[in-house]
Amino acid sequence: MKKGDRILMVLVLGWIGVLVLLPLSGIVREVWANGLSSLVELLGQPTALRAFMLTFWLTLGSVVVNTIFGTMLSFILVRHSFRGKVFLEGIIDLPFAVSPVIAGFMFIILFGPRGWIGSWFDAQNIKIIYAFPGMLLATLFVTFPFVVREVVPVLREYGIDQEEAAMTLGASRWQTFWKVTLPSIKWGMIYGITLTIARAIGEFGAVIVVSGGIINKTQTATLLIHHKFMDFDFTGACAAAMVLAAVSFIILIAMQYIFSKRKV
Amino acid sequence: MKENKSTPGGLVLRGITLSYIALLIVLPVIAISCKAFDGGIARLWQEISLPQALFSLKITLILALIIAIVNVITGTATAWVLVRCDFPLKREINAIIDLPFAIPTIVTGIMLVALYGPRSFIGAFMQNKFNIEIIYNSPGILIALLFVTFPFVVRCVQPVLQEMEKEIEEAAMTLGASPFQIFTKVIMPTLFPSVVTGAALSFSRALGEFGSVVIVAGNIPFKTQVAAVYVYGEIESSNVPGATGVSFILLVCSFAVLLLLNFIQYWNRRHEER
Repeated sequence: MKKGDRILMVLVLGWIGVLVLLPLSGIVREVWANGLSSLVELLGQPTALRAFMLTFWLTLGSVVVNTIFGTMLSFILVRHSFRGKVFLEGIIDLPFAVSPVIAGFMFIILFGPRGWIGSWFDAQNIKIIYAFPGMLLATLFVTFPFVVREVVPVLREYGIDQEEAAMTLGASRWQTFWKVTLPSIKWGMIYGITLTIARAIGEFGAVIVVSGGIINKTQTATLLIHHKFMDFDFTGACAAAMVLAAVSFIILIAMQYIFSKRKV
Repeated sequence: MKENKSTPGGLVLRGITLSYIALLIVLPVIAISCKAFDGGIARLWQEISLPQALFSLKITLILALIIAIVNVITGTATAWVLVRCDFPLKREINAIIDLPFAIPTIVTGIMLVALYGPRSFIGAFMQNKFNIEIIYNSPGILIALLFVTFPFVVRCVQPVLQEMEKEIEEAAMTLGASPFQIFTKVIMPTLFPSVVTGAALSFSRALGEFGSVVIVAGNIPFKTQVAAVYVYGEIESSNVPGATGVSFILLVCSFAVLLLLNFIQYWNRRHEER
């Protein structure tokens, strides 16, 4: 290794240590200082458990809906040609470019009681904003690109030969999809789902805007952390944050495993 | 071969999927854009030119620009070290780069307050010794934004660097090029599109970041109130025109970045085909 490279290596590792690893220690120490009692206390609170459950349902909903639509969109982008496709490809990443607060706000404008679509639902007495459907919509928006982005390249690379072979051998469209196409895009899809899960669990800005902050009803895990922090319950906020950090750590490890699988 | 797109099944698939995207992505953007021009351009301008709104937009753009520049340097250096150097625990450290993407932004905020807040060791030390306030001030915002945007440039540059053949550099060296010449004439042109892509992604993320900033910076007008936090405050106080105005400007910036990214991708594809 050249001398210049060695100096650069020390600088980079130092930067990673200070920027990324050091902050992790802060939260662990805060929870540790209280002998884990804050963690036990948190998990005994019904409000906290409800918040974690709500996050679970939102995550599950986003994974199911966006996996289905994401896979369908990938097929269309790779296999179909039609007018406006370039435009469609261009806007897929839009949810990543828009601030989450603005994402939530857009849904208030559209689905709020006086919005274009919301007013109709309001007349039917169905609440979208400040309720579960609005929060799901916001989470769907911010997590939309993940599955598409992972499945499109796999699908493109994989081509159509094997599918055609299966069809020639008399397999139906469904059979071909389940037995030939799906296995080949599986790991790309699972990687996309993992990213979706991570983002859905952690989404805060879009969800807080459409939630209305009703404790026990529209409070997710991230909103719980925010609420505790604003309530000067810093220890409680740290305990809840540590639970989420642990979950994201597990997701990160899973990502490494899936990523290596995908490349095979 | 393209699949026959006019089969009924194909058309239904396309119809359903496009409707979903229209409802989830296109319609909300149209709705907020229409709302922005509800009272005409004069009204929109009035909302944006409020001193507090203008300040939030200005500080956001400056911070995002700083973040993009810092990430170009640190991100490229990190990618370089990960590809070209060997050291113990390399795989683990490579995995840790993605940590900022995996950790919820609000957790990032809490972590930084625990580490640099007034009650912490570092925070108290900086406050007493140098009278520097990190949390609830701009250094805190910078640290938070650096944390959440760190992976972008690394992950854009790393694969390009991996594919780059060392032979070309060696050939340049044999022909008498200095290390500086090799860097500016051989390495930089190859990396340039990926560096710009990473910088643009960092920039747009820094423009919109909310969760970590709202914890670390609080909501102090004319001091730490970035655009996303300003919009949130206006929504909370039911000032829809005020929130719409600043949102619209941020949205236009996001679109500009998106356009740039698509252009780079298009240019890259053209370049590869040649």
